[in-house]
Amino acid sequence: MSIIRISTAGSVDDGKSTLIGRLLFDTKSLPQDKIDAIQLSSEKKGLKELDLALITDGLTAEREQGITIDVAHIFFSTASRKYIIADTPGHVEYTRNMVTGASNSQVSMILIDARKGILEQTRRHLFIAKFLEMEQVLFVINKMDLMDYNQQTFESLKDELLDVCVAIDFPLDRVSFVPISAKVGDNVVEKSKHMDWYSGPTILGYLEQLNLRANLNDDFRFNVQYVVRPQSADFSDFRGYAGKVKSGTIKVGDEIQVNSSGQKSRVLRIFKGNSPILEAGPEASVLIELEKAIDISRGDTLTQSHEDVVHDKNLIAQLCWLDKRPLNIAKKYLLRHAGFQTIVAINEVVKTLDFDTLNFMVSKLVEQNTICEVEIKAAAPIYLDNFKRNKKNGYFILVDRDTNATVAVGVKQ
Amino acid sequence: MNYLDELENESVYIFREVAAQFDNPVLLFSGGKDSILMVELAIKAFYPAPIPFPLMHIDTGHNFPETIEFRDYLVDKYNLKLIVVSVEETINSKGIIEESGKYASRNNLQTISLLEGINDNKFDACLGGARRDEEKARAKERIFSVRDDFGQWDAKNQRPELFDILNGAINQGENMRVFPISNWTELDVWNYIRRENIELPSVYFAHKRNVFYRDGMIWPASDFVFSEQDESIVEQTVRFRTVGDMTCTAAVESNADNLDLIITEIESALISERGARIDDKRSEAAMEKRKETGYF
Ligand SMILES: Nc1nc2c(ncn2[C@@H]2O[C@H](COP(=O)(O)OP(=O)(O)O)[C@@H](O)[C@H]2O)c(=O)[nH]1
Repeated sequence: MSIIRISTAGSVDDGKSTLIGRLLFDTKSLPQDKIDAIQLSSEKKGLKELDLALITDGLTAEREQGITIDVAHIFFSTASRKYIIADTPGHVEYTRNMVTGASNSQVSMILIDARKGILEQTRRHLFIAKFLEMEQVLFVINKMDLMDYNQQTFESLKDELLDVCVAIDFPLDRVSFVPISAKVGDNVVEKSKHMDWYSGPTILGYLEQLNLRANLNDDFRFNVQYVVRPQSADFSDFRGYAGKVKSGTIKVGDEIQVNSSGQKSRVLRIFKGNSPILEAGPEASVLIELEKAIDISRGDTLTQSHEDVVHDKNLIAQLCWLDKRPLNIAKKYLLRHAGFQTIVAINEVVKTLDFDTLNFMVSKLVEQNTICEVEIKAAAPIYLDNFKRNKKNGYFILVDRDTNATVAVGVKQ
Repeated sequence: MNYLDELENESVYIFREVAAQFDNPVLLFSGGKDSILMVELAIKAFYPAPIPFPLMHIDTGHNFPETIEFRDYLVDKYNLKLIVVSVEETINSKGIIEESGKYASRNNLQTISLLEGINDNKFDACLGGARRDEEKARAKERIFSVRDDFGQWDAKNQRPELFDILNGAINQGENMRVFPISNWTELDVWNYIRRENIELPSVYFAHKRNVFYRDGMIWPASDFVFSEQDESIVEQTVRFRTVGDMTCTAAVESNADNLDLIITEIESALISERGARIDDKRSEAAMEKRKETGYF
């Protein structure tokens, strides 16, 4: 059994919460006491049937206002997979929370109200999916019950969406479409009895058979998080480098190189917890012990000895600005990538994205939710891969040193 | 990759970030299975070095004796540093008047002692074993969650958390709550406990105990829980799915006395885990309110 991480997207009231409620309900993932609690709240609101959206809106403010403010994490499993869904808010002002949910998922389900069609939020969320190099996007055309389950509605929306994908250069082999009614339960878990014209899978069927590409890049990248020095009798001179294999694999005996210094050594032992292992692959949190004592500290990147990560103090990147305060060119920010950090200045805002036309334009104003391209100048060389080439080692955040807030997420171009 | 390894990798990663980014972290230890799992994961994260931070237990004085016994056993087994903050002492030193009556619990007082413990020891990061699947306010938590001087959670204004980058920068007086097992479900925890042969206190397994019935729930009989005249105490075979204070943890009737049976039972259970938490029954937003004021 493996884990699949999904996030929802779409505008307010497109039915995200209802859809997740439906998925949980129809896969029988809800215990009786939760169903009873929702029944009670639904009755209090004067509803005759179960309001499935109540399953996910967790904060008092959300229940009062009937909107989703922050990401809720929902879990369910089938015999073959464990699913983690990040239910993200649809409001523009909570885009930062949508980006949070999306950056930690492999599949984005973008909901569209069949009556309303493509909205600015649809384009925004698709563009964010592209910005984050999302592995798969599923366009969920919801509320088909309100359109008499009409095939033409679905087909023309699909065509329009394909046009948008082409316009922003989102790969068509990574998008799929499904017509549903979250409220009635058509094509979510159960196949719809109202849409014989649709021969594709239900949402669950789609998720169950989804074959996610692992990171296609297998260059070895290891970010050192923490140096372990027990200084105990049994391990008196031991030094181990704790961290995560971002991509590629490492074996005992391999020669590695420290990016910042160019020093080399061979891998003596690898530990997963307290067990020695011979090899570690992507996403593994391990401890690496080297043959020679060389200078390595938090923030260093280890690679195989024969290759080097391109590094530079100048960086061209795409940013999604998350903070209320706009980007201030006069200010220095802290750039963080894994355990590495350095002071940076944004030298220039090259262009910003216009969500209406989906074109980049020349504008210097970078406000909350703006996606833009910038030139960054750093105090120290930054060892990042091109995000498109190696998604696992190509992103960073910017932190405001005065407020400590995370103000932007960036990907290297 | 197997999902349990994936979860373990993620948790180990979070523990290491905490050790690297904070000067003075602490692991909040409740004595329950989730905090025992946290200890086991922390050991993996830093092996062969010991866990580089202490454990802190907020002792309400209303614990199951089995939990305290197991806590001390675990501390001994792994040579852990343990700080105990006593709610009894908070009550005495602050002249607090305790709740009374048949639903009295020290749950809210726990928060006062917790904040005191954090301040006295100048902890800048507190690792908690809360999981997102437990409750709907918890489903909204980030992995790193900033708290102000008063321990308050600003749910509507959380820091964005991008990819796996955890921003631990905080201002003077603030501290960070960290949840390394956010993405584990109850069943994941049990499956991992079984796979890794993790030891647990005996209250999790079916045993004979004196109990009484109230509001359709099974309450453990003890000196701290006042049963009314018409609530007669009977001996039952029960176990606990979640372990908090004896005043707010209900038992379930069960014959599951080993991990295989427990897992089968949970898979087919009709009631969710926190359904056995009497403290959550107070209102729909009970947990969110407690979290806002600094509770775990
Ligand atoms: N008729 C119909 N109504 C729906 C459907 N899905 C959701 N709704 C309704 O649309 C409204 C907004 O749904 P909700 O799930 O809260 O949207 P969210 O804001 O995207 O989470 C609610 O009144 C739902 O009952 C559907 O498939 N058909």
